[in-house]
Amino acid sequence: IPSPAPTRMQKVSVLLFLAWVCFLFYAGIALFTSGFLLTRLELTNHSSCQEPPGPEPLPTGHQGEPGACWMASRFSRVVLVLIDALRFDFAQPQVSHIPGEPPVSLPFLGKLSSLQRILEIQPYHARLYRSQVDPPTTTMQRLKALTTGSLPTFIDAGSNFASHAIVEDNLIKQLTSAGRRVVFMGDDTWKDLFPGAFSQAFFFPSFNVRDLHTVDNGILEHLYPTMDGGEWDVLIAHFLGVDHCGHKHGPHHPEMAKKLSQMDQMIQGLVERLENDTLLVVAGDHGMTMNGDHGGDSELEVSAALFLYSPTALFPSTPPEEPEVVPQVSLVPTLALLLGLPIPFGNIGEVMTELFSGNKDSQPYSSALAQASALHLNAQQVSRFLHTYSAATQDLQVKELQRLQSLFSKASADYQRLLQSPQGAEATLQAVIAELQQFLRGARAMCIESWARFSLVRMAGGATLLAATCFLCLLASRWAASPGFPFHSLLLIPVSWGLAGAIVYAGLLATTGLKLDPVVLGAVAAVGSLLPFLWKSWAGWGARRPLAALLPIPGPVLFLQLVRWATFFSDSFVIAEARATPFLLGSLILLLVAQLHWEGQLLPPKLLAIPRLGPSTPAGPPRHNGMQALGLGVGLLLCTRLAGLFHRCPEETPACRSSPWLSPLASMVGGRAKNLWYGACVGALVVLLAAVRLWLRRYGNLKSPEPPVLFVRWGLPLMTLSTAAYWALASGADETPPRLRALVAGASVVLPRAVAGLAASGLVLLLWRPVTVLVKAGMGTPRTRTVLTPFSGPPASQVDLDYVAPQIYRHMQEVFRGQLGRTNSQGPLTVAAYQLGSVYSAAMVTALTLLAFPLLLLHAERISLVFLLLFLQSFLLLHLLAAGIPITTPGPFTVPWQAVSAWALMATQTFYSTGHQPVFPAIHWHAAFVGFPEGHGSSIWLPAFLVGANTFASHLLFAVGCPLLLLWPFLCESHGPRKRRQTPRNDAEARVRPEEEEVEEPLMEMRLRDAPHHFSAALLQLGLKYLFVLGVQILACSLAASILRRHLMVWKVFAPKFIFEAAGFIVSSVGLLLGIALVMRVDGAVSSWFKQLVLAQQR
Amino acid sequence: MKDTDIRRLLYAHLLCIFSVILSTFIPSLFLEDFSVLETHLTWLCICSVSVTAVNLVFYLVVKPNPPSRRSSLSHKVGRFLKCCIYFLMSCFCFHVIFVLYGAPLIELALETFLFAVILSTFTTVPCLCLLGPNIKAWLRVFSRNGVTSIWENSLQITTISSFVGSWLGAFPIPLDWERPWQVWPISCTLGATFGYVAGLAVSPLWIYWNRKQLTYKNN
Ligand SMILES: [Zn+2]
Ligand SMILES: [Zn+2]
Repeated sequence: IPSPAPTRMQKVSVLLFLAWVCFLFYAGIALFTSGFLLTRLELTNHSSCQEPPGPEPLPTGHQGEPGACWMASRFSRVVLVLIDALRFDFAQPQVSHIPGEPPVSLPFLGKLSSLQRILEIQPYHARLYRSQVDPPTTTMQRLKALTTGSLPTFIDAGSNFASHAIVEDNLIKQLTSAGRRVVFMGDDTWKDLFPGAFSQAFFFPSFNVRDLHTVDNGILEHLYPTMDGGEWDVLIAHFLGVDHCGHKHGPHHPEMAKKLSQMDQMIQGLVERLENDTLLVVAGDHGMTMNGDHGGDSELEVSAALFLYSPTALFPSTPPEEPEVVPQVSLVPTLALLLGLPIPFGNIGEVMTELFSGNKDSQPYSSALAQASALHLNAQQVSRFLHTYSAATQDLQVKELQRLQSLFSKASADYQRLLQSPQGAEATLQAVIAELQQFLRGARAMCIESWARFSLVRMAGGATLLAATCFLCLLASRWAASPGFPFHSLLLIPVSWGLAGAIVYAGLLATTGLKLDPVVLGAVAAVGSLLPFLWKSWAGWGARRPLAALLPIPGPVLFLQLVRWATFFSDSFVIAEARATPFLLGSLILLLVAQLHWEGQLLPPKLLAIPRLGPSTPAGPPRHNGMQALGLGVGLLLCTRLAGLFHRCPEETPACRSSPWLSPLASMVGGRAKNLWYGACVGALVVLLAAVRLWLRRYGNLKSPEPPVLFVRWGLPLMTLSTAAYWALASGADETPPRLRALVAGASVVLPRAVAGLAASGLVLLLWRPVTVLVKAGMGTPRTRTVLTPFSGPPASQVDLDYVAPQIYRHMQEVFRGQLGRTNSQGPLTVAAYQLGSVYSAAMVTALTLLAFPLLLLHAERISLVFLLLFLQSFLLLHLLAAGIPITTPGPFTVPWQAVSAWALMATQTFYSTGHQPVFPAIHWHAAFVGFPEGHGSSIWLPAFLVGANTFASHLLFAVGCPLLLLWPFLCESHGPRKRRQTPRNDAEARVRPEEEEVEEPLMEMRLRDAPHHFSAALLQLGLKYLFVLGVQILACSLAASILRRHLMVWKVFAPKFIFEAAGFIVSSVGLLLGIALVMRVDGAVSSWFKQLVLAQQR
Repeated sequence: MKDTDIRRLLYAHLLCIFSVILSTFIPSLFLEDFSVLETHLTWLCICSVSVTAVNLVFYLVVKPNPPSRRSSLSHKVGRFLKCCIYFLMSCFCFHVIFVLYGAPLIELALETFLFAVILSTFTTVPCLCLLGPNIKAWLRVFSRNGVTSIWENSLQITTISSFVGSWLGAFPIPLDWERPWQVWPISCTLGATFGYVAGLAVSPLWIYWNRKQLTYKNN
């Protein structure tokens, strides 16, 4: 007997309980993240001219000279040309690898021919370097490194579009405080980094990566006039076209050749205008991958080009055959000393000694001495920085620090001795130079190593909290299935204890006067609420069970899950997850089919010639026949395999070829193929729409006059139409005639917003009137009255109503049947029955479709095929799973673990097959421009939301659709009886049909309303199981990241995986709560619908 | 069930294991540069043929299943042809399943097919020998409480262990150890072989161990 507690209260407490479990997970994730993701302390100290970097006096007699500071300036002016994403090989000529054959012709090779020409004609004036970039290779981090000479840490990587002013000492600050005029033109990221630092500036928007020309043309318009005007000492031009071309087309596109040729002409023009006191620096801030992305640390991303040129001879020798490799940060101390500025305080770069050796005519000894003095200044500055930094925090390894300090003291002493006796040999000078370089390189290596600082306590605490919450999910999901589950006290204990813990903590802080840390506060609240609940559930329920009952996951599924969790600990498997997940999913599917067969649920018993022994004969007839289940399994495997064709390669596997279908249609060359693909994409949309409508019609929900159904009939086709039109515009945007351009631009703003607006209004309609049931007008009041005659009097309370409703439903069906039998209607026999029987899933399916359309719009066109596969795949999986789930009326209803595991695996698989990878360079930034082709101005939240929705679309869809796992077996109930009725039968038979058979009519989802207590428990259990599966994944990720925190691949593989998994978990948990809330909303609406029916009867 | 039956089963299985071991060592006496990893496809063929031969010979000699009543020559030939067709069909089915599981569609098709052949040798051939081309009997054997003799029981164990072995064999493929045996499908074929051998070795012991609990319908 279900408890008579008010069901609405039960539902609310289920939802709140799930929200509380989510909060526990969030607190664990936050605590772990705060200990794991590294931060570097930013010192605000500054170098100054007056203050030498070390105890020794500055090099002879330069102090006080005009224009001189730590060292006499070599150049009075510098032109710094930053070409974003100028990879090293972009500056290389086309060379033939095999003699006698023509050189390989790639669009990006040999286009910067002016550099090569200068290197050949003026070998003592110019140098090309391969500059070694530190990851993360995002533009803002690189700009910070290029001006401060430091190592921006990983945590900054996320704030690429929310850049803030640099607080550390940097070149621009030194220039302005020395009174130099700095003119800037180009990327407006600099505006945020150096507010008000430039004497003149031309900023152009950088965010729109589809726009190749605005920034570059803007710079070119001002570059030469500004140069000729002479109102500058340092001129910085930051070109973005090459980078944007990489993002839009990739480096292998003909557009890249055009862009690089344009840059070549620009450099040519600059070189012609240079004066003798000016140094030209052409540099790339980072490289790009084969796909044109950047952000990670693959070889192609971290090698950038660096070119130096001076109209006067600068170098003592001719360039080497293979360009030298220099760290990118070396540019900072070099430029500072060449311009006669102090080296920025936090710099850890090493001066490029070649530039300080004087020209080819200088004496070897004096040039070596000049090198040594530059190096010594540099070493003094780095030593001072290390000293200050280690005094401020305990990041740096003490032992290594001591070793470096003694190395520096020795080198410094040797250098001083050398200065005292100028007649020393050149060999000793070289030895001093080597010592100084060794110190500088050691310091840099130590910083790279040490700015991976973890708080082990927080990491362990976070992981423990996650593990405890997973255990709670397991325990509570078992407990929820037991009859005496206390819904009302569920919430009271954790919330009150959690609040108490938080208040005590806050009070403690207030008395001790420490700073309040929200992460710790959350963790304290979580622990404070978790422990009493665990204790209570253990004491009240768990302790009486055997321990085996607490681990309810069936063996094979547990094994598969263990394999999946173990894969998070291997970098190879994280990289190969896109292939491993479909493999595991396929295994699970075949396991399900095999298990169904093993249990004898596929074949009728008579086929198995020998009668079975033992008690395990299945109850009830098999839900599928063998061929059908096999067909479902093979269909699922086929869908999985087809979705795998949309595969984006991880950058670590160079042999792998990414699917060309992931790129937008606009990047396709060739009209015919483009048109065919466009047709296929629109076809996929139409099929998706038709399938959803067909499904709704099959269960009769398309007949209702309710607003959501009207929306499905008219709004969805309109959304499809808008999407198709938007794709047409987007894929052909470059070919539009000029007079239509404004119209096209307007339409590409309006259409996506229209689709999103339509979807939102559809969802609102669905929430407003979720019951899509047709009450036929012809059989209005009189027949309803006859329906309800068996009941005497109105239902006394909400509880009564809950139990009366299914009975009303049954009687309605009988009346329908009788009427239809008399009139010999050709229409569906049980119109209203099917509507009510599928009322929950109809709302879910409608909501999922409405969600899918705007999410689809954020992806490239051809991903629509993946979305179609996604719907098909989940349909097949739900059918297959439904075969193995027995309907036990009146409950308890359970969703088995294999269903939840398969669902979570499918969400992961779809994440990959929609072209995503858990690494930052693979994020689809394009999504931010859907509906906002001009960018977002200064707004950050909207683009972040759009990009997040694109990245976690599959997580969201599967989490919202999770309740379908519970509902589907009830839907499938309609199969059997329908078939029986479809056998030929004439009117007479229908009329004399015995009454009992009609009682057998499937109740479908109304069975859930038969047992509201079990319904709530089942929803709670489903939510907990799904959270458990996801929660163990995030736990495995965090354990992998913490155990392997010194692993070579930690920043490349494990940390990004953890961040993506954590974000995916948050999206999934929110989606899950929304999905369950939707089911509850439908339930409430069904209740009030029945109530209205009863009221109408009384009138 | 008698202990002699179990002993016969054990000898039969030892013979099968022996044939697998021989197929890895004997060919190197006749063929130059033969090794399981380098000339993997040759080894696959030899192993498949030898295991099939041993199975056939053994089942012809021992006849664990009762002989059918109709034993005319034409019936026997028809039965044999049917077996061949079943074997080929199982090879193609396995090939399709491997492709569905992520094996390359066009490249390495021969390798994939030979993997299907060796897996069929370990699974389908014993089924054909013991149960004949009778799908219903196969389905019965592979369902709960469906086995009727120790032969069928051991068939169940070896077949499942071959499948599990080849499934486990797929796991080393993505690892970055860069060993020659990680190449598709070598690790899977080796996994299948190990699984088969393990199944052969374990099943008599398992049956001996559980001989008290095992009660078959017709024994
Ligand atoms: Zn950049
Ligand atoms: Zn970029």
